[in-house]
Amino acid sequence: MDKNFAARRRRDLIIAAVLAALAALVPLFVKDVYVQNILILTLMYAALSQSWNILSGYCGQISLGHALYFGIGAYTTELLFTKFGVLPWFGMLAGGMIAAVIAMALGYPFFRLRGHYFVIATIVIAEIGLLLFQNWEWAGAAMGITVPVRGDSWLKFQFLRSKLPYFYFALALCCLAWFVTWWLEDSKWGFWWRAVKDNPEAAESLGVVVFNSKMGAAAVSAFLVAIGGAFYAQFLAYIDPESVMGFQFSLLMALPAVLGGIGTLWGPVLGAAILIPMTELTRSFIGGSGRGVDLIVYGTLIVLISLALPQGLVSLFSRSKAKGATR
Amino acid sequence: MTALLETRGVWQRFGGLIANSDVSISVGRGEIVGLIGPNGAGKSTLFNLIAGVLPPTQGSIWFDGEDVTHMPAAERCQRGVGRTFQVVKSFETMTVIDNVIVGALVRNTVMREARRKAYEVLEFTGLAARADVLASDLVPAEKRRLEVARALATEPKLLLLDEVLTGLTPTEAQTGVALVRKVRDAGITVLMVEHVMEIVMPLVDRAIVLDLGKVLVEGKPAEVVRDPKVIKAYLGDRHAVSA
Repeated sequence: MDKNFAARRRRDLIIAAVLAALAALVPLFVKDVYVQNILILTLMYAALSQSWNILSGYCGQISLGHALYFGIGAYTTELLFTKFGVLPWFGMLAGGMIAAVIAMALGYPFFRLRGHYFVIATIVIAEIGLLLFQNWEWAGAAMGITVPVRGDSWLKFQFLRSKLPYFYFALALCCLAWFVTWWLEDSKWGFWWRAVKDNPEAAESLGVVVFNSKMGAAAVSAFLVAIGGAFYAQFLAYIDPESVMGFQFSLLMALPAVLGGIGTLWGPVLGAAILIPMTELTRSFIGGSGRGVDLIVYGTLIVLISLALPQGLVSLFSRSKAKGATR
Repeated sequence: MTALLETRGVWQRFGGLIANSDVSISVGRGEIVGLIGPNGAGKSTLFNLIAGVLPPTQGSIWFDGEDVTHMPAAERCQRGVGRTFQVVKSFETMTVIDNVIVGALVRNTVMREARRKAYEVLEFTGLAARADVLASDLVPAEKRRLEVARALATEPKLLLLDEVLTGLTPTEAQTGVALVRKVRDAGITVLMVEHVMEIVMPLVDRAIVLDLGKVLVEGKPAEVVRDPKVIKAYLGDRHAVSA
């Protein structure tokens, strides 16, 4: 049985490596900038959702306020770049660390809340963050920050002629988030998180320090999401509070994981691969007829999935565990 | 040698309700002690105080020579207190082996070792064949067994069993009894809450009877069941007289 387990882990790793290699070849065939754009966003949201999944899927602390960490990553990077000339790479790391610290500072009071109360708190905190940035003059307030053009360079992580570098970065980020999850899944933290999600009281009786587990999950999750935010800011070359900290980001991190399979290794990637292209396509095809039609489309999809496959789309692939269960 | 577990003058009040009043008990190393009493006697409260779910209103709790009165549950587990829950609390979305690994991680930091320890415990508790099944798919008797397995994986000095034998068929209960004996033979002290007298009494070395939050009687099982106070508490005055 031990062998089965090790084999399954190795198989996951091989599948991921093959998928990543295939994804890396895609730009050789896809030259259309519009499609490339969709691919970049898909990879980015897959990475974000994978990171969100660590706190909300594995550890069970549903957050609808991760836009805050996304925005913090974006703002830290651009403020450091425009005001102090710090390279985006360092800004990215700084943003990640600030987001992790803020996530823990917020976790300190809010991890005492359970269930819906916790979810509500995350929404409210993210909205407060948005308001603060809208009114913070030094950070550009509602006007936002335009990233000064310095020409294509990896050093400044800025590319105007081609989107390909962004594509490869998003792919790398997606691989990183996946790999971190894969690695944590078979670690003390991974087991602690799942135990906390399923039954905090029982977890506590087995030596799991529930509070610390949640703090750890929040920090890792926020760090990775902030890296995504930093990337997005460089990709857009312009940020304002609504475009990097709006509520829609919180939703777009949660939905792929929920659709694909919350608390699973492959759920977020699978969910993002379906949801994000669909969102972008419906937006451009039905676009002009008002915002929100795309939302109706995938809102319906979410409802259907949750009715038919409550464990998410990955449950179609997993060799049914129920087989062993029937006696 | 000092007792493994001792409660000294423990009180627990919930508002106006007194669940435990001045309870002082001790459990020696290697014993199987039964904590019994009619419904509402304060067994579960005392149990939770010992496990560290909440601190007592008054009094102190000593484990292995150390005052653990205000120590949280997780830390007590690290010191060697293992417990099961009366209403089973399996990690439902996890497999049986994964449930047990959570417990094994207390003393094994390397995953491979924790996994090996967990398999060992599954063999010991007779659940090895069900290792890869989801906990939610177990039958009730197996879930009880999983509770015990999980607690054993933490390698406790003291195992607290909360009604693990209640609600089982006679055959299941007998396997349960055999398991408890096996646990004691492995050198683990057992404190068990039960109210099915006929199953517990042959099993335990000593019985402590709680009634209305107080220790009513304490002694060898054979003496305890004949004690008029115990009969009165369980069956009422009339039967006590006829005994």
